[in-house]
Amino acid sequence: MSKSFTRYTGTMAPLPIQNIDTDQIIPASYLKVTDRSGLASGLFSRWRYRDGDPEGDPISDFVLNRAEHGEARILLAGDNFGCGSSREHAPWALVGYGFRAVISTSFADIFRSNALKNGLLVVPVGEDVSAALFDAVAADPATEVTIDLEARTLSLPGGGETNFEVDPFARRCLLDGTDQLGYLLNQAPAIQAFEAANAARLDTRSD
Amino acid sequence: MSRPRTLFEKIWRRHLVTAGKEGLPATIYVDLHLVHEVTSPQAFTGLDERGLPVRRPDLTLATMDHSTPTDPSIDDARLRVLDPEGSAQLDRLQANCERHGIPLYAMGDERRGIVHVIGPELGATQPGMTVVCGDSHTSTHGAVGALAFGIGTSEVGHVLATQCLLQHRPKTYEVRVDGRLPEGVVAKDIILAVIARLGIGGGTGHVFEYTGEAIRALDMEGRMTVCNMSIEGGARAGLIAPDEVTFSYLEGRPMAPAGDAWEAALDDWRSLPTDEGAVYDRTTTLDGSALEPMVTYGTNPGMAIPIAGAVPEDDAIEPEKRASFRKALDYMALEPGQQLQGKPIDVVFVGSCTNSRYSDLEAAANVLRGRKVADGLRVLIVPGSDAVKRQAERDGLAQVFVDAGAEWREAGCSMCLAMNGDQLAPGQYAVSTSNRNFEGRQGAGGRTFLASPLTAAASAITGRVTDVREVLS
Ligand code: SF4
Repeated sequence: MSKSFTRYTGTMAPLPIQNIDTDQIIPASYLKVTDRSGLASGLFSRWRYRDGDPEGDPISDFVLNRAEHGEARILLAGDNFGCGSSREHAPWALVGYGFRAVISTSFADIFRSNALKNGLLVVPVGEDVSAALFDAVAADPATEVTIDLEARTLSLPGGGETNFEVDPFARRCLLDGTDQLGYLLNQAPAIQAFEAANAARLDTRSD
Repeated sequence: MSRPRTLFEKIWRRHLVTAGKEGLPATIYVDLHLVHEVTSPQAFTGLDERGLPVRRPDLTLATMDHSTPTDPSIDDARLRVLDPEGSAQLDRLQANCERHGIPLYAMGDERRGIVHVIGPELGATQPGMTVVCGDSHTSTHGAVGALAFGIGTSEVGHVLATQCLLQHRPKTYEVRVDGRLPEGVVAKDIILAVIARLGIGGGTGHVFEYTGEAIRALDMEGRMTVCNMSIEGGARAGLIAPDEVTFSYLEGRPMAPAGDAWEAALDDWRSLPTDEGAVYDRTTTLDGSALEPMVTYGTNPGMAIPIAGAVPEDDAIEPEKRASFRKALDYMALEPGQQLQGKPIDVVFVGSCTNSRYSDLEAAANVLRGRKVADGLRVLIVPGSDAVKRQAERDGLAQVFVDAGAEWREAGCSMCLAMNGDQLAPGQYAVSTSNRNFEGRQGAGGRTFLASPLTAAASAITGRVTDVREVLS
């Protein structure tokens, strides 16, 4: 699974619903895996298939089942995307399906953090930009946008572009394709010093 | 003299391994890392791939809770047949813990239970600590005055390998609840009212600190209920300053400091509360004396109303939110303006890390004592830990439930997230003491009304959404 992101141009799948929680992104029944695979079929499964069953009939009007959005690799969602459970299975499922980025007016903290660690870019935009993007996709599903992480810009369908905020450290890691653990491991001397100066508060093995 | 600081700032500063600057996150040290079967396997695999050991198994504690059966008749052998995947996940946790020397409370261990119930119960979570877990309700442990928050599986790997996390400093948000709670109104109603007020994204980027007379008056378990649902308000953590209630709760618990160490700890803990004059980034105030029992009507925990109230009308909802509001009501098969009180239900669930502690069960038992659950209604009472279960059995609470016609189960997450086979059937309505009413959370097609243990018990008697004050009067 690639954990890098530099620039991506493509179409968007619109999901104009607020507060999409991670239970909808990937229901608990998929959390029994011990690896990261096999989650793509569970992505939005309760909205995507009759009875939530990937073996069952697709629900034809759900965005991922509509032919005109079948190739979209950017999810355009309502406010507060990814709220609820901390399950990293949510970005794993989105990435497994092929999504590269999610655009929304806001993201839940844990989801944002998880997504950025998995090469899934979260792109926060203002309400006016969000509304314009939903309108543009409704008018023409083939509308493309370009997300440029180096420049931190999102191109707008009518021309022009908007800047977006992204955690500078996560951005660096995504651009370089490095993961954050390496950075932490390099801090071993500081961690050792901290441990030497601060006695442990408990010993879980003592009980 | 240093400038006045909030409780959050004090804990944050104490745990800085390196301060974040120029856009780099801070590195903070983790005093206690709690682990469960669902969000850890991929993290251990990540460690193995890099050949890394667990840095501090002595600061790590694992339990089995999410996918464990609560039906007493399901033993290990049957579980392997009924749920091979869940069973494999439990095996994996066991193997990972053995290999890395991490203490694990496995099935059958008397200390086992829901991760957020056993942490405080054992005295493992203490004031001033940093506590993390691959679970969003880690905020629960903030009730003892610890900075506790949920993390993703990548971060679980970070903590296993380094005992540290990269974090940007969150902002602070004081949630002040003044006054005295009226009869029938409890901790769960406070937090549902807070979330209804702030919205489920209202605390994003912030840490809540709950203050005020109504919070101070809560016992520790009530405080845990409040802090537990901080994440439902968008805040990763919720804190309550430690006080005498905290200290007397912790004293004598197995992992709490003892003897001289206890005295030293007390001195330290007394220095933690927010200083006079410290400033929060945001503040909101609620009048606790005006609160009523709360119940949710929609598909997120912010969609809550006083139990005597009605589902909002369309025009009370901002235009851009109406589509989502309508979608929620469609799912719940409710109408705008509809009363919830009196709505027939199929299931009552008393359990979850929000409301499965002894005092929660006691509150429910006091309502149910000498009464019967309504005909045809399924009532599940699921203690939060094995210790809670044993105590409730010793003290006769379990018998009250059984006599009333409720199911008395083994400890675990159970129908809170419906991973273990305890679940609603499509279309069923439940009054639940858990924390999430998301679509399908308690079973595909299931519909959840979140409420307090009192409301759940009152509803169990009538088989309808019921105001506990009517049952008690
Ligand atoms: S009881 Fe529910 S919310 Fe709490 S840890 Fe278990 S699944 Fe999560």
